[in-house]
Amino acid sequence: MNFDLTDERQMLQDGLRRYLRDTVTPDALRAAEAGDTGFSPEIWSGLSEMGVAGALFTEDQGGFGGAGFDLMVVFEELGRAGAVEPFTELLLAGGLIAELGDDAQKALIEQAIEGSVQLAFAHGEPTSRYDLERVETRAEAGADGWSLSGRKAVVVNGAQADHIVISARTSGDARDTAGISLFVLPKGSAGVEVRDYPLAGGGRAAELVLDNVALPKSALLGAEGEAFAAIETAHARASAALCADALGAMETVRALTGDYLKTRKQFGQPIGKFQALQHRMADLLIELEQARSAVINLCGRLDGPRDTREIHVSATKHLVGKVARLVAEESIQMHGGIGMTEEYSLGHFARRLSMLDHRFGDSTFHLGRFIRLQAA
Amino acid sequence: MDLNFTDEQKAFRADVRAFLDEKLPKRLSDKVRLGQRLEKADYEEWHAILNARGWLAGNWPKKFGGAEWNAVQRHIFEEETTAAHAPRIVPFGLAMLGPVLQKFGSDEQNAYWLPRLLDGTDWWCQGYSEPGAGSDLASVKTTAERDGDHYVVNGQKTWTTLGQYANMIFCLVRTSKEGKRQEGISFLLINMETPGITVRPIVLIDGEPEVNEVFFDDVRVPVGNLVGKENDGWTYAKYLLTHERTNIAGVGFANAGLANLKRIAKLEESQGRPLIEDPLFAAKIAEVEIALMAMATTNLRVVSAAAAGQAPGAESSMLKVKGTVIRQEINALTKQAVGPYAMPFVSEALEAGSNVGPVGPDYAMSATSQYLNNRKLSIYGGSNEVQRTIIAKAILEL
Repeated sequence: MNFDLTDERQMLQDGLRRYLRDTVTPDALRAAEAGDTGFSPEIWSGLSEMGVAGALFTEDQGGFGGAGFDLMVVFEELGRAGAVEPFTELLLAGGLIAELGDDAQKALIEQAIEGSVQLAFAHGEPTSRYDLERVETRAEAGADGWSLSGRKAVVVNGAQADHIVISARTSGDARDTAGISLFVLPKGSAGVEVRDYPLAGGGRAAELVLDNVALPKSALLGAEGEAFAAIETAHARASAALCADALGAMETVRALTGDYLKTRKQFGQPIGKFQALQHRMADLLIELEQARSAVINLCGRLDGPRDTREIHVSATKHLVGKVARLVAEESIQMHGGIGMTEEYSLGHFARRLSMLDHRFGDSTFHLGRFIRLQAA
Repeated sequence: MDLNFTDEQKAFRADVRAFLDEKLPKRLSDKVRLGQRLEKADYEEWHAILNARGWLAGNWPKKFGGAEWNAVQRHIFEEETTAAHAPRIVPFGLAMLGPVLQKFGSDEQNAYWLPRLLDGTDWWCQGYSEPGAGSDLASVKTTAERDGDHYVVNGQKTWTTLGQYANMIFCLVRTSKEGKRQEGISFLLINMETPGITVRPIVLIDGEPEVNEVFFDDVRVPVGNLVGKENDGWTYAKYLLTHERTNIAGVGFANAGLANLKRIAKLEESQGRPLIEDPLFAAKIAEVEIALMAMATTNLRVVSAAAAGQAPGAESSMLKVKGTVIRQEINALTKQAVGPYAMPFVSEALEAGSNVGPVGPDYAMSATSQYLNNRKLSIYGGSNEVQRTIIAKAILEL
């Protein structure tokens, strides 16, 4: 057993931390929010040049990492800085292309790792919530290719992506795991209506309406009707990424709150001298370390057998979701009014943490799923 | 012990309900129901409707133009108005300043200011907190120095809710640095249009500039605007805070929020059934509902004692803590209930009449901003930490 980072990962962490500290400033975040991409193209390029994208993929896929602990290092640092660049989307969509794609499709991974191509994964639908198998968008096979119709909801980076990996049902009923297929949808395809909007946690997403969108036969990604297992794997990896991101954000929030308790004076002393607040900060630290261990548990099982992996997905998403809410709410409360303001840096992190539960299943959903998986 | 309302109280409830059916504009109740933003004119419209019925100042004595309701009647009024999604009555002038003027102000001050409060001539905001005086309010530093017939005010107030709409502000200012900190504070009424006042909006984490900073630079205030006696302001400030804590439990808001949460949980579907049938989520709703049922009765116990003439003391601190925690839990569960559609953050959709519609179902559009905004509940009006200290000292004598 060894909980130390390898030298390579330690270097990646150190370099990332330095770069992000210097570039992800409050001004940069405001500019990203005001712009139409929702993130900073400069920071995206800078991080790609540093090899951040490459760390998300294995050597076979064209990267130099791809293991669970590579994801943990990258996303914890992105979270610590509050970065809003869409690396989770690269991990999701890129992961699916890398696993299922043919040689022509895999060429996209190379471009994505270089940073020249934006990707997104359109899977969730307006009424699917967190049910991965619930796909009602349909793809019909014709003589020349495919025709897709349906709706996709909260597609993060959807309007910015050059290529969207999109799921559609080629057979079966709305809640079957069998019969789901994946396609690569180029930006600007005819018949796709896009509504782009900002997200509470930073970045942008889009609602997609597809009306008989024609795609060539070559747009099919992987085998027809057999995409569910790959979709579940991609979500496991993306869940680990989101939880690691939240872990980094919680570290920053804890540091901000600790500093504030040492400097803010009321009743003639720093408020951190009040035992009532000391104990609450101590509880935050205890819970934060629980969250760290849960993320380690998941990242260590990402490449293992499916059942073990999924039990840890639900365990970690449940626990980190709960802790993220506690840390966000308690840190605002211990700051008082200043913690409620947009101008103070806490707000960005607290909002991001409050959004963790709304992607890939909330803490209650995963508690139920954990129980079912354990019983199976 | 009798848990039923009296016939008289039931008749009053029926009156309020009939009035709301007839007079509450749907345009306003729709905005409140959907969590859309209320403009100054919306509040003014609702205030005028209530004033025409004599119900704008439920807590004031009749001789000042109020309805002179007792605490139970006020509670029934709040229950009915929140259930009907009426806008709240902006409290700063009517619920906070009015009672202070009536108890400590001069006849001239009452004759001048109270009618203007009722007819909407003045919009008041509260100048209490300062950057260095939050929970520790007695450490206010804004000064007022006497210069002939005026006070000259210098300093800064903050967290001034809806100060952008106000033409008047009531302030705690320091008029003496001698003695205990509480002894040199005075209560001053200041016209916001006086030269030397600057208002700067503070955007909160829900993206809204709901509160403000107010800066005072050699602001000249007539001495006639002093309420009560110089250096006695702390007494008035505390009196006002007990009124601020009336209805602090927010039972009406909690009931309306719970009903909305259940409605959403019936409409959302998870794993092939309504979310409300997911036993784990249903348990969360049930837990908050059970807490609310008990807290509503705690509230009525305090309200009944107040109606019998006992001033609520530290009990209001208990109501504040429990009431705000319950409302915040309902907000959190509502955000949870709307699922991925809690993520879109489309400010324009919260403006009624905007051509930007909600992303996803209309019930989802304000869930996140309300959750974020209502984190303030446990901070303002004396933070929940301060309330716990009051309980520990005043009730437990620790």
